[in-house]
Amino acid sequence: MHVDLSINLGGIRMKNPVMTASGTFGYGPEYADLVNLDTLGAIVVKGICLEPKTGNEPPRTAEVASGMLNAIGLPGPGVDGFVREYMPFLRRHDVPVIVNIWGRTLEEYAEVAARFSDVEGIAGLEINVSCPNIKEGSQVFGTHLDLFRKVLDAVRAATPLPLIPKLAPDVSNIADFARAAEESGANAVSLINSFPAMAIDIKTRKPRLANITGGLSGPAIRPIAVRLVWLAARAVSIPVVGIGGISSPEDALEFLIAGASAVAVGTANFTDPGTAGRVIAGIETYLREAGHQRVDDIVGSLRI
Amino acid sequence: MKQEHAEVIEHQPIQGGYNLLVMHAPGIAPDVRPGQFVHVQVPHLNECVLRRPFSVFKTEGQRLAILYKDVGKGTRTLGNLRPGEGLNLIGPLGRGFPALQEGLYPVLVAGGYGMAALYQTARLLPVKGTAFFGGRTGGDILCVSEFENLGWDVRITTEDGSLGQAGRVTDALDPWMKNELGSREPELFACGPTGMLNAVADRALEQGWTAWISMDTNMGCGVGACLTCVVKVHDGRGGWSWARSCREGPVFECRELFREPANVTNRKSMP
Repeated sequence: MHVDLSINLGGIRMKNPVMTASGTFGYGPEYADLVNLDTLGAIVVKGICLEPKTGNEPPRTAEVASGMLNAIGLPGPGVDGFVREYMPFLRRHDVPVIVNIWGRTLEEYAEVAARFSDVEGIAGLEINVSCPNIKEGSQVFGTHLDLFRKVLDAVRAATPLPLIPKLAPDVSNIADFARAAEESGANAVSLINSFPAMAIDIKTRKPRLANITGGLSGPAIRPIAVRLVWLAARAVSIPVVGIGGISSPEDALEFLIAGASAVAVGTANFTDPGTAGRVIAGIETYLREAGHQRVDDIVGSLRI
Repeated sequence: MKQEHAEVIEHQPIQGGYNLLVMHAPGIAPDVRPGQFVHVQVPHLNECVLRRPFSVFKTEGQRLAILYKDVGKGTRTLGNLRPGEGLNLIGPLGRGFPALQEGLYPVLVAGGYGMAALYQTARLLPVKGTAFFGGRTGGDILCVSEFENLGWDVRITTEDGSLGQAGRVTDALDPWMKNELGSREPELFACGPTGMLNAVADRALEQGWTAWISMDTNMGCGVGACLTCVVKVHDGRGGWSWARSCREGPVFECRELFREPANVTNRKSMP
């Protein structure tokens, strides 16, 4: 029986429901020797803001039990630098490119979105309102419902591109944010971003990150993410992208059954760049063995 | 750059907590250049999400060897691997040491297992020069006879005086530069602790010599995506920018590296 893995994620046509999570896959070329980019559902590139940015002092990451902390601080080449340096490479590949965008102000969010509207080869924008490592306020936009709505309204007005707000996990009611995204015209939501966290070296009594706190990612956060995805997916009718510690097909299937229409592999790219490929193959096998023809057949199929 | 499942051929302790791990890695070994590294997924370390980077000690056809010290959970677990078992490698990675410039006299400076990153260079350089090895104790001084057999003049220092001259590498390097170097112009190749690398860079900058420095930084992905392993380099406009140790390095010429002005502490970004 033929299994069709292709999906339509809020207007973005994908060969399969497996993408790479922003910040864990660079801008594409970094992994091109190891991963056939054309086999991925989509590439979500590292966060881009208006101007080039240097990011935080090292140490920027710290490994912890079943995960890692990061406070990279969103260094990047800015809109123009990204388009000039990376889009020619990305356009040569047959894979949807989703750009993760962020700004320090509402106006910056809108301007970044507007600038990308005219760039050939961009399938959609993931709106980063939940980076835990930017003091300028990115996280504030993701945890205050009013500000969250304002960012989405500003970005929606600025671009016709499919929009995917990336939700912060540390909010009291994730469903409120998912609903606000849908009401503001978002085409999908992705969740979760890394969880604000901290680790200390007890010998030196110093924080293990120069930024003191950072975002926790990896298998450690997966059960938290599965619950939040389940809650968000029940609250909206737009598709949900499940993110959080996925390192095997079984992990990804949990998210799909919880209600995610697609998933993103993050930290596991560092452990094994072949993870996304294994996840894609494993989803196909699962669907075939369960007698399903399409990914949608299992999305939200949780039995309670 | 390739990813492959390598097989352990030989794995043995050498001395003082140092181990030699030889693998069959036919996809990677033939392509390794001196000073490059491999990123190792340590088997049976399931709670660890990151690979461990190791300098390639030497390659022989399809064989690739690393030399490492037990320093933590990763290396301790790695130590349990037996011949016949497999482990996943990504490599070769990074920019290694370049070829010797015509007419220059090669000088190697190694602290502890920094020696491992220099062995391939020592082997391939057409001219054999002087090698300075430093360590805390005699147990940290490795593979001296291998370097001597290649034709290198090896000078040893240990901080506790248990082997060679008592003191740090620079306590042997400085008098050598003054009394024995003569009219030759050296080209330096260095790998070891940060303090030692800074001392080597200071001397090279002062004398106008070329010094290639292999940086030992925390690493995440190893391929340039995560931006963990950044070091400051001169941006050519009077300021600095970040370079990734795993891509633009781990070997940098000392003039590329940006050093913070003295008495100015790094401004950490606050939450």
